[in-house]
Amino acid sequence: MSVEIVRTEESLPPVAVVEKPRWTPAKIALWAAIAIIAALGWIMVAFVRGENLSASWFVAAAVGSYLVAYRFYAKFIEWKVCRPDPRRATPAEINDNGRDFAPTDRRVLFGHHFAAISGAGPLVGPVLAAQMGYLPGTLWIIFGVILAGGVQDYMTLYFSTRRNGRSLGQMARDELGRTGGIIASIGIILIMVILIAVLGIVIINALAESPWGVFSIACTIPIALFMGIYMRFLRPGRVVEVSIIGVVLLILAIVAGGWVHSDPTWSAVFHLDKTTLAWCLMIYGFFAAVLPVWVLLAPRDYLSTFMKIGTILLLAVGIIIANPTVQMPAVTVFAGNANGPAFAGTLFPFLFITIACGALSGFHALISSGTTPKLIEKESQIRLIGYGGMLMESFVAIMALVAAISLDKGLYFAMNAAEPLTGGTAQGAAEFINTKLGMPGVTTSPEFLQQAAANVGEPSIVSRTGGAPTLAMGMANILHGVFGGPAWQSFWYHFAVMFEALFILTTIDAGTRVARFMLSDLLGNFHRKFRDPSWTVGAWLTTLVMVGGWGSILIMGVTDPLGGINTLYPLFGISNQLLAAIALAVIFAIVCKSGLAKWAWIPGLPLAWDLIVTMTASWQKIFSSNPKLGYWAQHSAYKQALDAGQTELGTTKGVAQMEAVVRNTFIQGTLSIVFAALVLLVVLMALYVSIKAIRTHVFSTSEEPFVETRMFAPAGLISTKAEREVAAEWAASGKAPERVGGAH
Amino acid sequence: MPRALALAARPFTAAWWYLKEVMGENAYVHYLESFERRHGTREGAMGEREFWRDLTDAQDRDPKARCC
Repeated sequence: MSVEIVRTEESLPPVAVVEKPRWTPAKIALWAAIAIIAALGWIMVAFVRGENLSASWFVAAAVGSYLVAYRFYAKFIEWKVCRPDPRRATPAEINDNGRDFAPTDRRVLFGHHFAAISGAGPLVGPVLAAQMGYLPGTLWIIFGVILAGGVQDYMTLYFSTRRNGRSLGQMARDELGRTGGIIASIGIILIMVILIAVLGIVIINALAESPWGVFSIACTIPIALFMGIYMRFLRPGRVVEVSIIGVVLLILAIVAGGWVHSDPTWSAVFHLDKTTLAWCLMIYGFFAAVLPVWVLLAPRDYLSTFMKIGTILLLAVGIIIANPTVQMPAVTVFAGNANGPAFAGTLFPFLFITIACGALSGFHALISSGTTPKLIEKESQIRLIGYGGMLMESFVAIMALVAAISLDKGLYFAMNAAEPLTGGTAQGAAEFINTKLGMPGVTTSPEFLQQAAANVGEPSIVSRTGGAPTLAMGMANILHGVFGGPAWQSFWYHFAVMFEALFILTTIDAGTRVARFMLSDLLGNFHRKFRDPSWTVGAWLTTLVMVGGWGSILIMGVTDPLGGINTLYPLFGISNQLLAAIALAVIFAIVCKSGLAKWAWIPGLPLAWDLIVTMTASWQKIFSSNPKLGYWAQHSAYKQALDAGQTELGTTKGVAQMEAVVRNTFIQGTLSIVFAALVLLVVLMALYVSIKAIRTHVFSTSEEPFVETRMFAPAGLISTKAEREVAAEWAASGKAPERVGGAH
Repeated sequence: MPRALALAARPFTAAWWYLKEVMGENAYVHYLESFERRHGTREGAMGEREFWRDLTDAQDRDPKARCC
């Protein structure tokens, strides 16, 4: 090990320790062991397969691969492209205000960043993708995160840190020019609208006609209000205390939901259909975005973070102890055709957009630029927070996949086939699965499905599409085996629904508010007053526009005669991946403009893959002549049928329903075209500035000027011996600036 | 054997510290530390109640995105 001590000021202790690791036999043995564990996991998952494959092999393949990728590939990117400067001060140190700019302990910031990037996305996508078997999903989640998702998050975070924590939109403006920036901003707003709408559909599908679920989710609003008042007036700053009170109340709400479920009067009160729930969600979203943050948003965020940490730990422990056996085959027939019921489309490209979060998620670029970079102590820590945080999210996706594939196959397909296919009844679902599903070896009976519903305290579990109910079922299946026994299955089911709903509502609250600000900012170009955040009329107007935007798609989705989620989820995935294309294009341009074109393939590879996937998917959605797949093909099929005077087509019955399909496909088709066009423009501009920089050899980016650091912090998760010595030197010198979270 | 006890308690105190940090409970303490770094004194810093009020009110003007 060669150790270089870096000093910036004579009077201060060293500011960094740069260590070049040397390969010792012990280290080689350790990494060989990790690689062997990963390889064994892959061999079992990919080749041996067979009956009774246990979940632990997935954990081995995933964790082993993550460790190798973090140690070798992320390190390679660090050496070749990012090149953290140990002498350079970060925005947190330079602009320290104890608030949004504040040097924060790397381990704490890892937690903050992970809590901000992970939500319902990595839980839902893998569940839907399970219809193609576990192998395609597992491969994409693990290799996707290593080569694409981790790279995007790491490099966005790094470049934003070098640019004073500027947002993706601002970086696009700086690097690609004003037009590129405005196009990117419009794309970002539109994409957020779709994301919020589809998440809304996911949660409505889990809550519709479920009095238990509706009651317990409704309770989160008064619980959050109470927490808000507690924090504001009674005991300000007692965050953990108020969160624990909130969680206890939440669990009470879940238990009380069981009473509501079994009481006929109350059960009728909370028995709401999808359209009513959609309106409730819109009204809620509007108020959550205009009310002061302390009333609803801040307490809900505390609750959501607390539940996130707790539930993910719970699920990990559950999977390791219960070690469930996989039921789904490695590859199903739906990997080879476009007839899968959970989402439409073939494996390529639709698997890669159905699993967005967990492998590659453009939304992360909005967190990795803007929020997290203002809190980083040292450039050398960005690999841990950016790449490491994304690996963690990928692991959550693997756990969600395991939960889904360890369910009974018949149950899985009964839950994920849309209502027009099953008729919404256990008989209909059993008939559909036994005769029309088209996957050999999957059978079920109405009694079995009825019993499965009764076990989790629901009137029915048929056609509970969208992924969230299936995940809840899978989690209940795993957790009741470890905690509580069979009687607890219904509790765990509703616990899981609750925690997904909590994530999604937090995303909807915060997303609407952020989108509202983005819109004000954009409108401020034309009417300056919109830039003033205290202008109430403007705030209400822009919120109304944003809620109207996602609300109309939400209503469209929940009333869609063809099932909604299976046609809209691809749009969610496509928009998230298109956002990733914008982020990767900006990164690509920065790498080229920094004179590092030789290494531009590092972001270029995921960018090219992402473009191939999203553009093929968009192309098929726009131009495919198969009405099951192409929005416009479906649009014209229904239009022609209507013109010919027909009153039904396929599973759609009645003129009004057919007109709805015509309208919905028009909107979906138009959105697909707009998204693809916006992203292509951004990518072309990025390519243009990159080629210009390479040709003219004029290398300049919008990086902030160098400022020398005056503080020390360790680089990796665990401090090395040399780092501990330097830390002790700082402590002894009495000059140590106390870092955020550094008291320990 | 207080030493063994302290050793046994370590993982728990560490977990408690981490939970408080990640949840943001120590925000005011860190604000004071930062204030002292910048001004050399804690005089003139916001009081605890005022700080927490200001913290959420600032989010009204600058919301943070949460991912899907």
